[in-house]
Amino acid sequence: MDDNTIQLTIIDREDVEHSIEAPTDMNFNVMEIAKASDLPVEGTCGGMALCASCHCYVMTDHQLTDPTEDEEDMLDQAFFVEENSRLGCQIKISKTIDGLVVKLAPVD
Amino acid sequence: MIKTDILIVGAGPVGLFTVFEAGLLKLKCHIVDILPQVGGQLSEIYPKKPIYDIPGYPSVLAGDLVDNLMEQIAPFKPTFTLGEKADEIKKIDDKLYQMTTDRGTVIQAPVIAIAGGLGCFTPRKPPIEGIEHYEPNGVDYMVRDPEKYRDKTLVIAGGGDSALDWTIELCDIAKKISLVHRRASFRGALDSVDKVMALAQAGKIDLITEAQAVGLKGDSGLSHVTVKTKHDTDPKDIQADYFIPLFGLTPKLGPIAEWGLNISRGAIEVNTEDYSTNVPGIYAIGDINTYPGKLKLILCGFHEGTLMVQSAFKYIYPDQKLSFKYTTVSGVNAFE
Repeated sequence: MDDNTIQLTIIDREDVEHSIEAPTDMNFNVMEIAKASDLPVEGTCGGMALCASCHCYVMTDHQLTDPTEDEEDMLDQAFFVEENSRLGCQIKISKTIDGLVVKLAPVD
Repeated sequence: MIKTDILIVGAGPVGLFTVFEAGLLKLKCHIVDILPQVGGQLSEIYPKKPIYDIPGYPSVLAGDLVDNLMEQIAPFKPTFTLGEKADEIKKIDDKLYQMTTDRGTVIQAPVIAIAGGLGCFTPRKPPIEGIEHYEPNGVDYMVRDPEKYRDKTLVIAGGGDSALDWTIELCDIAKKISLVHRRASFRGALDSVDKVMALAQAGKIDLITEAQAVGLKGDSGLSHVTVKTKHDTDPKDIQADYFIPLFGLTPKLGPIAEWGLNISRGAIEVNTEDYSTNVPGIYAIGDINTYPGKLKLILCGFHEGTLMVQSAFKYIYPDQKLSFKYTTVSGVNAFE
């Protein structure tokens, strides 16, 4: 694996695990990687933290940057919100999240 | 009854600009949108966000782009039915459709252009079992008439602007309000957060934070909302005449799915020659359509609307010759 690639696991709503390689040098986020992998993530707002359609649960204990007020505000409008809820669009693909596992939240 | 040449479904940027291109061909437009204001996603989701890929604008705020489009199309006197959902269409004769909205407005046109973006913005419904059962009698996803709640007990759920604003607004009307919110803090507009906190301290409302509504109870109508807080193991029943969940709007394809159009993964299939659908006289432009190479960009939608009206003209007036004119040469000839 080259230096600019990390490994991600996305668990879909049928509990199927998808192991995905993602480049760290293209300014992608988890929502975009999920969409590019044809996983059922809408990403309605395009990644501005203005909808909650990329709501997911972080299953590993990676140290992610804290959610912004915008992200918390959108999570306030989401359902099935848990302690480990995040918006996929706000998780940047970087070295620090190598091995991250996220599970897609149910859709309303 | 409203009669027009092109009935546009969706008042987003693409629907609006189509009025301009249609106007150049002397075609009149009427626009229907479920939202109470024009602009679609730009007004509803991100009015204060900049857009950088509108040709000729290094940067433009979404809300400003909508204002500019309204100014640009004004000479062609578009008419609007806002706050109503395009519901049913039927064919009146070979070249005439009739659409009825969910509020009973009737519009006739030979051509329908669906510029519906991601679909109709509809309130998000919390995943509470049996919520549909109480919808006619005790659950409201939006507040239409505050007087309905006079001397009633309400449970409002949500932490955004609308939950805060309605809590403040209904505080003096309702007998009692409990506001249920996921977190300990609010975002909302700062002023309304302060007001809600003050109301809670003064004992005028019950503020239940770090909590979620998880169930509804009642034999005929609603009687109680079950609320579970983070720290309590046992959920609590709160007496309520009305449960008002305010969790924002989410786009759904809605009735368009029933119009006999070819749909692939939530988008309408079109012919890229003129953005026509499989049904003669019905076109689809902007984010709602799909074709090989599709990009969901405003600028692509503008192009699609422009080509579409050329085809619509030929469809409405097959015997008339259409000569293409530049606006720089012939100007913009406003409608009377």
